[in-house]
Amino acid sequence: MMDGTDDSNLLNSPSATNNNGSTMEIVSPTNPLANPLASPAAAPATNGSGSATSPDSSSSAPATPAAPVALGENALHVEISDALSEKEKVKFTVHTRTTLPGFAKKDNNVVRQHEEFVWLHDRIEENEDYAGYIIPPCPPRPDFDASREKLQRLGEGEGNMTKEEFKKMKSELEAEYLATFKKTVAMHEVFLRRLASHPVFRVDQHLKVFLEYDQDLCAKPRKKMAIFGGFVKSLGKTTDEILLSATVRDVNDFFENELQFLTEYHGHLREAAIRTEKMTQRHKDVGDSHQKISNALTQLSTTEKGNVETFVAKTAEIFERIKNLETRVASDQDLKLGDTLRYYQRDSDAAKALLIRRLRCLAAYETANRNLEKARSKNKDVHAPLEVQEAETAQAEACEKFESMSACGKEELIGFRNRRVAAFKKSLVELSELEIKHAKTQYEYLRQSLLALKEIA
Amino acid sequence: MDVESPEHTREFAEVDINNGAASASEDEEEEVPAPGSVTLGNESSDRDLFVSALSPSSIGDVHPLQEVLTDDGDYFINIVVSDPQKIGDGMGSYLAYKVTTKTNIPKFKRTEFSSMRRFSDFLGIHDLLVGKYMRLGRIIPPAPSKNIIGSTKVKISPQQSEPGTPMNQEWVEIRRAALERFVHRTAQHPVLRVDLDFMNFLESDQELPRSVNTSALSGAGVIRLFNKVGETVNKITYKMDENDPWFDDKITEVESLDANLQKLHNAMKSLVTSRRELSLLTGLVAKSAAMLSTCEEHTGLSRALSNLADVEEKIELLRSEQANSDFFILAEFIKDYLGLFGAIKCIFHERVKAFQNWQYAQMQLSKRRENRGRFELANRADKLDQAQQEVDEWQGKVQRCQQQFDDISAEIKREMERFELTRVKDFKVNIIKYIEDQMAHQQQIVSYWEAFAPFAREIV
Repeated sequence: MMDGTDDSNLLNSPSATNNNGSTMEIVSPTNPLANPLASPAAAPATNGSGSATSPDSSSSAPATPAAPVALGENALHVEISDALSEKEKVKFTVHTRTTLPGFAKKDNNVVRQHEEFVWLHDRIEENEDYAGYIIPPCPPRPDFDASREKLQRLGEGEGNMTKEEFKKMKSELEAEYLATFKKTVAMHEVFLRRLASHPVFRVDQHLKVFLEYDQDLCAKPRKKMAIFGGFVKSLGKTTDEILLSATVRDVNDFFENELQFLTEYHGHLREAAIRTEKMTQRHKDVGDSHQKISNALTQLSTTEKGNVETFVAKTAEIFERIKNLETRVASDQDLKLGDTLRYYQRDSDAAKALLIRRLRCLAAYETANRNLEKARSKNKDVHAPLEVQEAETAQAEACEKFESMSACGKEELIGFRNRRVAAFKKSLVELSELEIKHAKTQYEYLRQSLLALKEIA
Repeated sequence: MDVESPEHTREFAEVDINNGAASASEDEEEEVPAPGSVTLGNESSDRDLFVSALSPSSIGDVHPLQEVLTDDGDYFINIVVSDPQKIGDGMGSYLAYKVTTKTNIPKFKRTEFSSMRRFSDFLGIHDLLVGKYMRLGRIIPPAPSKNIIGSTKVKISPQQSEPGTPMNQEWVEIRRAALERFVHRTAQHPVLRVDLDFMNFLESDQELPRSVNTSALSGAGVIRLFNKVGETVNKITYKMDENDPWFDDKITEVESLDANLQKLHNAMKSLVTSRRELSLLTGLVAKSAAMLSTCEEHTGLSRALSNLADVEEKIELLRSEQANSDFFILAEFIKDYLGLFGAIKCIFHERVKAFQNWQYAQMQLSKRRENRGRFELANRADKLDQAQQEVDEWQGKVQRCQQQFDDISAEIKREMERFELTRVKDFKVNIIKYIEDQMAHQQQIVSYWEAFAPFAREIV
C-alpha cells in the first residue's frame, strides 16, 4: 500500500501546478502561515513582520492576487505563487511583479530551491555596505523528516489497524504534511518580502539576479564540509563576539544596552521557543490519545448491544471530535506563539549580528586612531608627511563608516523593536482570540453531546 | 472425560472426595459439604478469627437474606473512605483510613457510623468474601493490589501523620480512592453488603484481628501466588464439554469485552501520561514567558508577557486537573472493571471445578457399581454389603455435586445479569461525569484567556 507510487503521490499532493495566480489558497500573501486546520479568517499572517512594517506598504499590502492591479512607481512585489515538493527538495516558484527600472520584465517567474535562498541571504550578509542593516534572517531548511517518518511507520503498521483507522491516519498525516509544507513556503516568502520591502535591499543586485535569472544559481546543496565550516565560522563568530565585547569599550550607551538586551533576549526567546514547541507537541500527543480512546471505544461498541452500543459509539465520536479540537488548539498555539517566538529568535540574532559588526567597525576605528597617533608622533618633525596624511584619511574613513553605521544601526534597531512589538501584539491578540474560540466551541460541543448522551441513556 | 492428562490427574488427587479427611488441607475438599454448611479451607486459620465471634450459621443466613434483599429499590448504603493517617513509624508503620457509612438497611444497628481500618483489613475482608462466596458463583469486587514500592515510600517518609511529599500524597489519594470504590462496589451487592463479616468491618469500633495472609511479603503471600499460578495453568488446560450454550456465549462475550477494555485502558493510560506531561511543559512555558517579560524593554509587551505567564501557570494547573479526571473517572474506572472481569473469570472457573467434581463423583459411582456387580456375580455376600454402601454414598455425592453445579450455574446467571446492569449504568454515569468535568475545564480556559486578552490589545 505504502509503496513508492503512493508515497510520491502524497508528497506531490501539496503542489498545485498553476501559475496564473489562482493558487492562492495554498500560498496566500495575506496568510503566509495559514494552517489548514485553522479557519482562514482566524489565521492571518503571524510572521508577517516584513509586510507589517514595510515602508511601501502600498505595494506589499495584499492586493487581491487574482486581479494584479496597477503597481505604483518603483514597486517590487514578490510572492511564492507555487511550490512543488520532491523527494529531497522543495521547488518554489517565485513570482515577481515590479516597476523598478532595473528589471527586464515587469512580470516574471523563476523556480528556486531552498539552497538558493540561503545563497541570497549569504550574499547580502557578506556585503560590507549592508553592515549597518539587520539582515533578514534566512528561512529555515524545509524539514519533512518527521512527517516522512510517520508515514513510513504508518505503512509498516498497516496490518495492525482497521481500514478506517488507516484511512483516517493517512489523511491526518497528509494534512500535517501539508501544514508543514505551507509553513515552509510562507517562511521563504516572508524572507523575500522583507527584502523587497526594505529601501536598500530591494535594489540589491543579488536579489535582482535571484528574481530574474532563469537558471540555477549554482548554489549547490551544502555539503557536510560546508556545514562543518559553518560551524567553525559560527564558533569563530562567538569567540569574536566575546573578545570584542570584552576589549572594545562602547562610547554609546544605546548600543551597549541594546547588545546586552539582545543577548539576553535572544536566549530567552530561544528557550521559550523550544519549550513552546515541546508543549504543542505534547498537546498533539494528548489529541492522539483521544483518537486511541475513540478507536478502542468503537471496537468496544461492537461487543455491546442495543442502547449501550449506541451510547458507546456516541462516546467514541465525542472523543474523536475532542481530538480534532485539541489538535487545533495545539497547532494554533504553535502558529501564533511558537512561530512568533521562533521568528524573533532568528531576527534578534540578526540584530545582534549587526551590533557585533558595529563593534568590529568600532575596533577598526580605534585602530585607525591609534595608527594616526603613532604616525603623528613618528613624523613629528616632518612637514606634511605622507604617512600622516594617509593615516588621517584612513582614520577619517573609519570614523565616517562607523558614524554612518551607528546612525543606520540605530534606526534599524528601532525598526526591529517596532516590528517585534507589533508582531507580538498581533500574535498574542490572535492567540487569545483563538484560545477563547476553541474553548467555547469545545464547551458547546460537549454540552450538546451531553444532551445527546442523556437521551440515549 | 479425558483422564489421561497429568493435569487432570493432579486435579483429581486434590479432589479425592472419598478421603476427604486425609486431604483436609486441600482447597477442593470444601466442594463436598452441602450448601449452607460452614466451609473451611486453607484460609480457615484467619477466617476463624473473624467468624469466631459469630454463630457458625452465619453463612447459612445467606439464602433467606438473599430473598429479602435482591430488590435494591428502597435501600441505600453510602460509604466514604477518608482521612488517610500514618500510624507508627518506619517499616512497621501503616496507613489507616476512616470508613464512614450511611445507610437505611435495617440489619445495621445505626444509620450512620464509622470505623478506622487499615489497608490489610480491606484485603482481609476481600479474602474472606472470596472464601465464602466465590465458590457459590458470586462476583466479588477485587480489592486494590498491594504496591510495595509506593507503600514503602510512604512508610519511610518522616512525617508522623501527614502522608508526606506531593508524590506520596498522590499515591495515597490513588489508593484511598481505590479502596473507596472497592467498599462501595461491595456494598452495592445485595448479599455481600449484609454479610456479617462485612458489616462487622464497617460497624465495629474494635480493631479487626490482623489477617496474616494479606502481606505481600509473607510466606502465605508467596504460597498464594503459587496457588494462583497453578490455577491459571488449570484454567488454560482444562476444557469442559459445555452443554449450556448460555455459558459458551457469555464466556466469549466476557473474553472480548475484557480484551477491548484492556485496549481502552491502555489508551486512557497514555492520555493520562501525555496530559500530565503537557501540564509540566505548560509550566515551563509559563516560566519562559515570565523571563521574557522581565527582559522585555517595551512596557506594554512586557506587561502582556507577564500576564501570559500567569495564564499559562493557571493552565498548567488546569491541565493537571484534567489529567486527574482522565485518571480517576476514566482510567481507574476501566481498571476496576478489568479486575471485575478477572473475578468473573474466577467464578466461571469455580463452575468448571464444580463440574469436574460432579464428573469425578459420577466416575467413582460407576466404578463402585462395577465393584458391586463383580461381587454380585461372584456371590460374595460379605463384600456386597460394603459395596452397596459405597454405591449409596457415591450416589449421594453425585447428587450433591450435581446440585452444587446446578446451583453455581444458576447463581452465575443471576450474578451476570446484575453485573451487566451495574456495568452499563456505571459506564454511562462515568462518561457523563467526565464530560461535565471537561465542560467545566473548557469554561475555565475561556475565562483565563478572556482575562488575558485586554493586555494583549493594550500593547502600544
